[in-house]
Amino acid sequence: MSGGDADWPLWEVFVRPRRGLAHTHAGSLHAPDAELALRNARDLFTRRGEGVSLWVVPAAAVTASSPDERDPFFRPAADKPYRHPTFYEVPEGVRHL
Amino acid sequence: MGTAVSAEPERARAEDFERTIAADERIEPRDWMPDAYRATLIRQIAQHAHSEIIGMQPEANWITRAPSLRRKAILIAKVQDEAGHGLYLYGAAETLGASRAELLGKLHTGRHKYSSIFNYPTLTWADVGAIGWLVDGAAITNQVPLCRCSYGPYARAMVRICKEESFHQRQGYELLHALARGTGAQRAMAQDAVDRWWWPSLMMFGPPDDASPRTAQSMAWKIKRHTNDELRQRFVDICVPQAEALGLTLPDRDLRWNEERGHWDFGAVDWDEFRAVLAGEGPCNEQRLDQRRRAHEEGAWVREAAAAYAAKHPAGAAR
Repeated sequence: MSGGDADWPLWEVFVRPRRGLAHTHAGSLHAPDAELALRNARDLFTRRGEGVSLWVVPAAAVTASSPDERDPFFRPAADKPYRHPTFYEVPEGVRHL
Repeated sequence: MGTAVSAEPERARAEDFERTIAADERIEPRDWMPDAYRATLIRQIAQHAHSEIIGMQPEANWITRAPSLRRKAILIAKVQDEAGHGLYLYGAAETLGASRAELLGKLHTGRHKYSSIFNYPTLTWADVGAIGWLVDGAAITNQVPLCRCSYGPYARAMVRICKEESFHQRQGYELLHALARGTGAQRAMAQDAVDRWWWPSLMMFGPPDDASPRTAQSMAWKIKRHTNDELRQRFVDICVPQAEALGLTLPDRDLRWNEERGHWDFGAVDWDEFRAVLAGEGPCNEQRLDQRRRAHEEGAWVREAAAAYAAKHPAGAAR
């Protein structure tokens, strides 16, 4: 078939729901370039005022940790309870700590 | 020895998958998953996506003839939502390694199915109301449990879709309510639409449990949370009082309250009709696919132009 049948590049879409909140991942879409990716993202993810700002990022530009190594990769954080305030004992009656 | 070494991580990953499902946690795109789980999801999500975009046609049929500007704006927004739902779902299928172009190709060549309901014609304006109330109502009954589906991207797409569908159902119900309180002719038109759409809507839940071989595996994987018959019963129980509030009747003489079961008993669905419509013998199968293929072909120059523009301005890709 014609060249127009190949999928356009994939973009990941991030939406800031309102001022004061971070952009969060909303989903992905296809678009030939960044400008059309933004317009498509507006039509696809903010039809009901769900956002005040959009980011589109080429999906190919995202580097992700591997799910296969998730345990070894994240394990160093698991055995350090002293990084949490609940680890510490505070004398009775001490306030604002 | 060699096979034992390579089988070991495979077994560990399979156990990890089973543990994740058992703990009611979500499987995410890059996790290991059984090939059959992936294939089942791609088939189900693609069929769902195809249904959303084919479903634009019966309603779009009435956009130019909506009786008021208010109704017209609502209908345009609804049809646009269906396109959006299709895109969310194609996106979810793509996280499993399918390509959208390939899935659309399978729809266009008839290798993939879509919901049998969209092969029925929209003969009157009241059909727009009956579709919103019954067809979208049945879809919501099916889709709410899918928000807890074990595959993360599908579940997240369903959350968005269910939020948007509730407006679809309400606008249909309001439309029928207005007609039911209108002139005798309007009332008759509303009743006629309900009479034609009721049984096909019950078919949307799929074949009865004893004729649905894939249900058990899909429930074990927590893709499905309820059987077809459970969801069909739930839908009937919801609709009976809603029909009463409209002052319209449902076309089933066997419909009666069963005190013992605590549910409404209802008559037998015509499964021969269901199978015939799925096999391509419905009133509109050919028309729907022709229209879909034509829309795709007529849009080719737009896709080509956009791709050519992007190739000429490579900065746009990285901006």
